[in-house]
Amino acid sequence: MSIEKKGDCMTCAEKVLIMTGNHAAAYAVKLCDVQVVSAYPITPQSPVVEKLMEFVEKGEMKAEYVAVESEHSAITVCISASVVGARVFTASCANGLALMHEMLHWAAGTRLPIVMAIPNRAVAAPWNILNDQQDSISQRDTGWMQIYCRNNQEILDTVIQAYRIAETVMAPVMVCYDGYVLSHTLMPVNLPDEKLVREYLPPYRPHTVLDPKSPRNINPVTLADPRMNAEGVLCHGYMELRSLLQKSLLESVSVVAEAGREFGRIFGREYGIYDSYRTDDADLLMVSIGSLASEAMDAVDGMRAAGMKVGVMHLRLYRPFPAEVVAKAVRETGCRGVAVLEKNVSYGYEGAVCSDLKAALFDYGVDVFAHSYILGLGGRNVSVSDIEEALKRSYGYLEKKGPDRMKGQEWINCQV
Amino acid sequence: MKKLTAVTMPDKEYMLPGNRSCVGCGLSIAYRHGLKAFGESVILTVPASCLTVLQGMYPVSSMLVPCLNTAFETTAASAAGIRAGLDALGKRDVTVVGWAGDGGTSDIGIQALSGAAERNTDFIYICYDNEGYMNTGTQRSGSTPYGAVTSTCPSGKLEHKKDMPMIMAAHNIPYVATVSPSYPIDLYEKFTTAKQMKGTRYLHLLIPCPPGWGYDPRYTVKIGRMAVLCGMFDLYEIINGRLSFYGPSLRIATGEPREPVEAYIRAQTRFRDVSMEVIEELQEWVDKKWESYRKMGYCETD
Amino acid sequence: MKEYKGSTSGCDHITASSTPATGEGGRTGDWRVLYPVISGEGCVVAKTGKPMCYMCWMFCPEGVISKTVPPEINLEYCKGCGICAEECPSKAITMIQEGGE
Repeated sequence: MSIEKKGDCMTCAEKVLIMTGNHAAAYAVKLCDVQVVSAYPITPQSPVVEKLMEFVEKGEMKAEYVAVESEHSAITVCISASVVGARVFTASCANGLALMHEMLHWAAGTRLPIVMAIPNRAVAAPWNILNDQQDSISQRDTGWMQIYCRNNQEILDTVIQAYRIAETVMAPVMVCYDGYVLSHTLMPVNLPDEKLVREYLPPYRPHTVLDPKSPRNINPVTLADPRMNAEGVLCHGYMELRSLLQKSLLESVSVVAEAGREFGRIFGREYGIYDSYRTDDADLLMVSIGSLASEAMDAVDGMRAAGMKVGVMHLRLYRPFPAEVVAKAVRETGCRGVAVLEKNVSYGYEGAVCSDLKAALFDYGVDVFAHSYILGLGGRNVSVSDIEEALKRSYGYLEKKGPDRMKGQEWINCQV
Repeated sequence: MKKLTAVTMPDKEYMLPGNRSCVGCGLSIAYRHGLKAFGESVILTVPASCLTVLQGMYPVSSMLVPCLNTAFETTAASAAGIRAGLDALGKRDVTVVGWAGDGGTSDIGIQALSGAAERNTDFIYICYDNEGYMNTGTQRSGSTPYGAVTSTCPSGKLEHKKDMPMIMAAHNIPYVATVSPSYPIDLYEKFTTAKQMKGTRYLHLLIPCPPGWGYDPRYTVKIGRMAVLCGMFDLYEIINGRLSFYGPSLRIATGEPREPVEAYIRAQTRFRDVSMEVIEELQEWVDKKWESYRKMGYCETD
Repeated sequence: MKEYKGSTSGCDHITASSTPATGEGGRTGDWRVLYPVISGEGCVVAKTGKPMCYMCWMFCPEGVISKTVPPEINLEYCKGCGICAEECPSKAITMIQEGGE
């Protein structure tokens, strides 16, 4: 599925503004009538919450703005405000996101439709304020959905879709985009008409209401086994409740697809689970997430011109991992190998996206190799030639058979 | 106005019997009457603590008010979020109340509490101080007194107790009060005062704990009384910066002698085998505290 | 004393959300070693037939003493702490060993 524009996108009051990725996220939050924003600064996220404060002060956005004293409190404010029934938002990255970790589990376990913007940044130690994706990738087990953006238009559009997805699935969503590369870079962005956004996004209805008239105790100690309540109804144990989260997440792949299709219908820009560029007859497929997939298009063009049949797939939805969709898409390209280029590493093993993809390929019987490439950590620049270096290395394995095809992971442009 | 007594105190209960609180639990008394003062239109938020256990295990709860359980360090942040959410939805007549233990307040929860207080978040924060991490088996907290034995300071704590009420007063919040379940009329009145105010309101409760402090459960109220009479714990409220004492603490402030601390200390096995030096250190701590009250002008009555 | 048995039927499926009931911890009266007995001779409410005092009601951690004439103790849930006996100004409450020893 590739992005297409349907007709003239200047519908109704839609206008084009030049803005950074961070501001694109902020404008989307305003369009979604978010009711509670919790704000704690961290580079390179701060402009998101600063812009939102500007909207609130000017009266353009009617929201309660809580300038908290840490990221842990930022996500906690979102959790409790969401439980009470408000649509909420916060943003963070790097060490701030890491600090939230405990509460990320909490938000997912409470089944709350929180949307959080993550301008991806490297995690200390040592300190580094520049881009890589270790921060959000490290949170992949928490039960949050993760959608990655390649450009500022995608950021704005994805935040809007994220609320619809989150409030349908009843799970929180991270909208991830590369710090500085997108967060601070100016691009033209179509600003959707707010009336159409309201048509796309119905009001939030919480699944459990904290009402003094009908007192409930939410998230108490829950035992291992199902237990009877006072009316004699057998209620879930911890494992059952968690399995319901998993079930919803696995089923949410179709929700993401539907939200993307509906977005296309209303706003003229359709979104899917992944995006492809010149993959149809590729011998070698590159897979990546975030802006890297967009930059890779130049590498693909260059290599194609030199006679190498390569293509790039941008995996937009990373959690839940759309195993079946992606495995089938890989098979359909007819490729014989995959090179996964990513800005993160699961220490002690390999790139996380590569591991997840390999498992999916194995499960669905897609017999191709998958090589793990680590690049761009801590803001290390990734040039077209870096991407080509990785792809050419994997290209050389296409003719090999059996164990010779396998190669561990490679770090590109690492100068130890 | 009719004087509040046990007879006139409302008897509609919001805490249901048959819950898992320990035999003779001091928190239980405070919680029972505190909830009455707050009434129905309230949302509680409670972190990991004894109260979590008292409130019951899924799917049955023991109280007739809604509650959101939250992570250990987050009580004040959770309350801030409830308040923001309610305000965003126009439900400004619901009172938000956080109830946390001393560990969840003076140790792990102090950051969120200080932040919420600095923002004058409109909620009531109650610290029920049983002077240790009692829910997890009696480990020491910042609120454990000098000389007390806990499982993580088995030879007796070497540091004095953190003065949380005064730390909160330093935030210049509208209301700070110290309260004891041994004085339930005063407790009920202070909870009522808090409910009627706006902004960050902090109430600190001294909660005698039979298993944690080591005494026969029938003495819970008596032990709490002894703490006030010897000045180890003082009953006061600070409204917009102005401190006034209550009851036995007021009598002490106006010159009546304090009971010596020794009887209070010796009544609890957590102070078992303390030397006279420890008793003297605690006596000195109390003496210095009251001296500082005098120097600050708190003991002057108009 | 009225037993409370929750106000909604069924159970919330996707989050842990409890409904209230008396006896969440079971029949906590079973925890007891001692049980309280209020003497009609000593208790001022019993003697005068008028609502007064009610220190036992006030200090009971469980809320199992009723503010009636005279006060009554619900032994289903009374944990036998003895606070009522200790605090009664008339010393009208005695703690008796369970099993009648």
